[in-house]
Amino acid sequence: MRAVSRPLGLACLLLVSNPLYADYQLNLEPGVTSFSQGAYNIHTIVMWICVIIGIVVYGAMTYSILKHRKSKHPNPAKFDDNTTVEILWTVIPVLILIGMAVPATKVLLAMEDTSNSDMSIKVTGYQWKWHYDYVGEDVGFFSNLSTPKSQIDNAEAKGEHYLLEVDNRIVIPTNKKVRFLFTSNDVIHAWWVPAFGVKKDAIPGFINESWANVSEPGIYRGQCAELCGANHGFMPIVVEAMDEPDYLAWLDSKKAEKAAATASADKTWTMDELMSQGESTYNTNCAACHMVGGEGLPGAFPGLKGSAIATGDINKHIEVVLQGVAGTGMQAFGPQLNDADLAAIITYERNAWGNNTGDMVQPSDIKAARK
Amino acid sequence: MNAVIEEHHDHDHKPGGIGRWLFSTNHKDIGSMYLWFAFLMFFIGGSLALLIRAELFQPGLQIVEPDFFNQLTTLHGLIMVFGVIMPAFVGLANWQLPMMIGAPDMALPRMNNWSFWLLPGAFGMLLASLVMSIMGMGSAPNFGWTFYAPLSTTYGPSSTDFFIFSVHLMGISSVMGAINVIATIMNMRAPGMNYMKMPIFVWTWFITAYLLIAVMPVLAGAVTMMLTDRHFGTSFFNAAGGGDPVMFQHIFWFFGHPEVYIMILPAFGIISQIVPTFSRKPLFGYSSMVYATASIAFLSFIVWAHHMFTTGMPVAGELFFMYSTMLIAVPTGVKVFNWVSTMWKGSLTFETPMLFAIAFIFLFTMGGFTGLMLCIVPADFQYHDTYFVVAHFHYVLVTGAAFSIMAAVYYWLPKWTGHMYDEKLGKLHFWLTCISSNVLFFPMHFIGLAGMPRRIPDYALQFTEFNQIATIGAFVFGFSQLIFLYLIIKCVRGGEKATSEVWEGAQGLEFELPSPAPFHSYTTPPEVK
Amino acid sequence: MTAQSESNIRNPDNRPSKNRPVIRKLLGLVLLMFGFGYALVPLYDVFCDVTGLNGKTGERIDLPVAGTIDEKRLVRVVFLASLNEAMPWEFKPQQSFIEVHPGKPTTVNYIAKNISDKDITGQAVPSVAPGLAAAYFQKTECFCFTQQALEPGEEKIMPVTFIVDTQLPANMNELYLSYTFFTSQLNNKDSSQSIALSLHNQDQKL
Repeated sequence: MRAVSRPLGLACLLLVSNPLYADYQLNLEPGVTSFSQGAYNIHTIVMWICVIIGIVVYGAMTYSILKHRKSKHPNPAKFDDNTTVEILWTVIPVLILIGMAVPATKVLLAMEDTSNSDMSIKVTGYQWKWHYDYVGEDVGFFSNLSTPKSQIDNAEAKGEHYLLEVDNRIVIPTNKKVRFLFTSNDVIHAWWVPAFGVKKDAIPGFINESWANVSEPGIYRGQCAELCGANHGFMPIVVEAMDEPDYLAWLDSKKAEKAAATASADKTWTMDELMSQGESTYNTNCAACHMVGGEGLPGAFPGLKGSAIATGDINKHIEVVLQGVAGTGMQAFGPQLNDADLAAIITYERNAWGNNTGDMVQPSDIKAARK
Repeated sequence: MNAVIEEHHDHDHKPGGIGRWLFSTNHKDIGSMYLWFAFLMFFIGGSLALLIRAELFQPGLQIVEPDFFNQLTTLHGLIMVFGVIMPAFVGLANWQLPMMIGAPDMALPRMNNWSFWLLPGAFGMLLASLVMSIMGMGSAPNFGWTFYAPLSTTYGPSSTDFFIFSVHLMGISSVMGAINVIATIMNMRAPGMNYMKMPIFVWTWFITAYLLIAVMPVLAGAVTMMLTDRHFGTSFFNAAGGGDPVMFQHIFWFFGHPEVYIMILPAFGIISQIVPTFSRKPLFGYSSMVYATASIAFLSFIVWAHHMFTTGMPVAGELFFMYSTMLIAVPTGVKVFNWVSTMWKGSLTFETPMLFAIAFIFLFTMGGFTGLMLCIVPADFQYHDTYFVVAHFHYVLVTGAAFSIMAAVYYWLPKWTGHMYDEKLGKLHFWLTCISSNVLFFPMHFIGLAGMPRRIPDYALQFTEFNQIATIGAFVFGFSQLIFLYLIIKCVRGGEKATSEVWEGAQGLEFELPSPAPFHSYTTPPEVK
Repeated sequence: MTAQSESNIRNPDNRPSKNRPVIRKLLGLVLLMFGFGYALVPLYDVFCDVTGLNGKTGERIDLPVAGTIDEKRLVRVVFLASLNEAMPWEFKPQQSFIEVHPGKPTTVNYIAKNISDKDITGQAVPSVAPGLAAAYFQKTECFCFTQQALEPGEEKIMPVTFIVDTQLPANMNELYLSYTFFTSQLNNKDSSQSIALSLHNQDQKL
């Protein structure tokens, strides 16, 4: 019997725990950090204890339903208490709970490792994107959902990583303790990567912290886990873990990118360059409210097509984009985007959708406006 | 049988016209109004759920925009919690408590009337905000039924203030109802009915009423703080002014957790009435059931932060709330064991009330198991704000509380109407409801574990299949409730005449009254053995 | 009902209602719990102060006259800066971290610049991670104690003087100090944000 039941049991266990069954995934993944593995282990222990208790209780009920039905058991017993049994089934559950609490406590305390980290990343939740800031490295960028709206609106077939893909991934080295600091720009968000077992609220005005030491290189995807407004479901997280040399190379490339962006702020852009850069940057950062076609949402978000601001005074247009409009949903994009992107967006807005002002805004104009 | 003979003097005629309902001070009429109101809200809240499930049938946005989806989930939660489960239990209390303790009516019949009529007003306002949203006049509340700050304070739409007003009205209604229940139970028991002779349903409502009085005012405080933060310059929840959004969560859940026990203790009472009847055996461990209920109520005050494990609480806090939450499993388990022991070696028949009661025990326990899993902090980091939580609370609230309400209606409908309901239809309703609710909610465990967050209108492709299964279950579940509606109306209008006892072996003062129970019953107290 | 409403078939002996005392007590409980809800606000702060939970670093303290300095220990303090929402400033720490001896007062600077063309007053809100370290982090001088006003284009150096308590648990050697600058007039988001977030018929398919 044991020869059969052991492998059978193992097979069943594998069946419910195998993450390869991605489309019909039934269970948690063990993940790639001590957090996720700790969570997976205690989850498994508690789940099986519940299953066993369930079998006992449901078994008794089923037995009673079958054997004590009136047709089979016409004379009901009269007992209505039994002190011994009641004490037993109060004490035994307490013991079982203690049996669960001990490993659960151990796992939780192991997560409380306050030793120094190798690096830190500040994660800021925005409506509706994440910002990553590598502390001490002068590398910081926004991470927006990159799934095209046409896929969401069912006009195009959905890609493999539908809703779980971003324009700029957060990159971390493997086998290093990476500390994450969480805060928010507006409402409460939550940063969650299931493969890391890390979920923490991002609260405006406060910082929370967590950490991860990822053993396996790979791409790990997660989502915002606290209702934060309309596009709560559209602000995913994609982390790429690389071996340290690759991470350092990536970090250098990010710094180079930033330098190039600053440098490009001094060069003079052509209309084509501005419009091309402007269109993609506009679609990423502005279209959520002002729409890809510039028509806005009447009563909610003003349209830009033919609008007074986009076709009127250029300095006023720059001011609105840089500083936002207090008391409305229009954020201040000055702190969020670089000079080149801002110049491109404003140029695009002034010329797309038939606006055709012929105006070009150069990155240097933005730089001057910031002073 | 004295009570029956003396009824004739106390005019069994009822007042007529609309005045009968608007100005009613009769616990039976008010009970009926609460129950019909809850049933109507069930269909409305259920329709919102069907819209939600329809949108979630496939990845992509097909039917609604994301902000409207958030309004749907918010209103669905508010309606089901405050407009269905709570009023239904109050309706059952109104109908049953006086009869079960041998009292002629509730202690405060006029306040009883006002408690009810506040509700259509409150929900009219809330539903109006949804209608106005559809008409393009601004979002209805869209921040989840838990309305965390600052999403609801700084970023809430204009309808938020109406939401706050609604909550105040609902709270006043609940508190007045609770005061009424306590006064009735304390002061109007028939002579000889001491506390430990009261039917268990009366006990559970007695304890529930204290919970209501303790925590509804805290909710009132929370929404008032929201109101002043929004309009009167306070900064309770705004860090800029020295406040703290996390404090909102503490205050809310201090109310919120006892609230969910408010929504389940009467259910426990109902099951404790039904199972003995259909087992033809007395309830096992009556006093333990009372003590267990009281322990659950007490413990419910010290577990609230298990809803907040990801807010950045220190380990000591997390451990405390984990242990206290685990403790609740003990008295709850005692109750389950006692129900099974009541059935054990009884003489069971499986009429519709018993079917729902047995389903309750099976399925509420499922929800209890997932609750235990959720309170384990490191695991909760993976479950929090996912569909695993959605599965958990729907098991305890739908296959738990809602099933118990259905069981109670089937159980007492013959007493209220004087007719037996159509048992075949009842069984059909049961099986469709039971199977479809599992098809609807069980897959949610899987997608939660697989990583799908809550409150999202669109999802990654790997969650598709289970979402589709859930949606199919939802539609079958929703439409099956029409059978229930039909059955109730049919029973009100006629059917096989019901006896006083209604069910073989039914115990309790209500089963010594004729069926239908007279408009005024127990105007002189009965003899309590 | 008649004036003698007590005298009826249910109360032939005209006994006083037993309900009044019950109702009075319960209403009292209701008011008490409403007050308790509000009391939770200061209680929350007291609890956080006493236990050091929640990362609140507390108010200004005065410099100790003679404090002990733990020369043998170095604690790294990392500085973070955030802006809330539409705050049109630039805000950053002058250095991203510093290593200090517990007990020794240290001053660091943040730099804030108003890049808009209006006068803006801001309020900085501090937060410390890990939360438990907050009780061991004291500030004697901080730009977060008062509101800060900047004219258009103005840049200001904002100092913070702090001491890491020598009692900081031995296993905690890395602290994070974060400031978030908010605009100090609390925006009433109600009118416009609500419009911004609400949906009108155009794109709403129902």
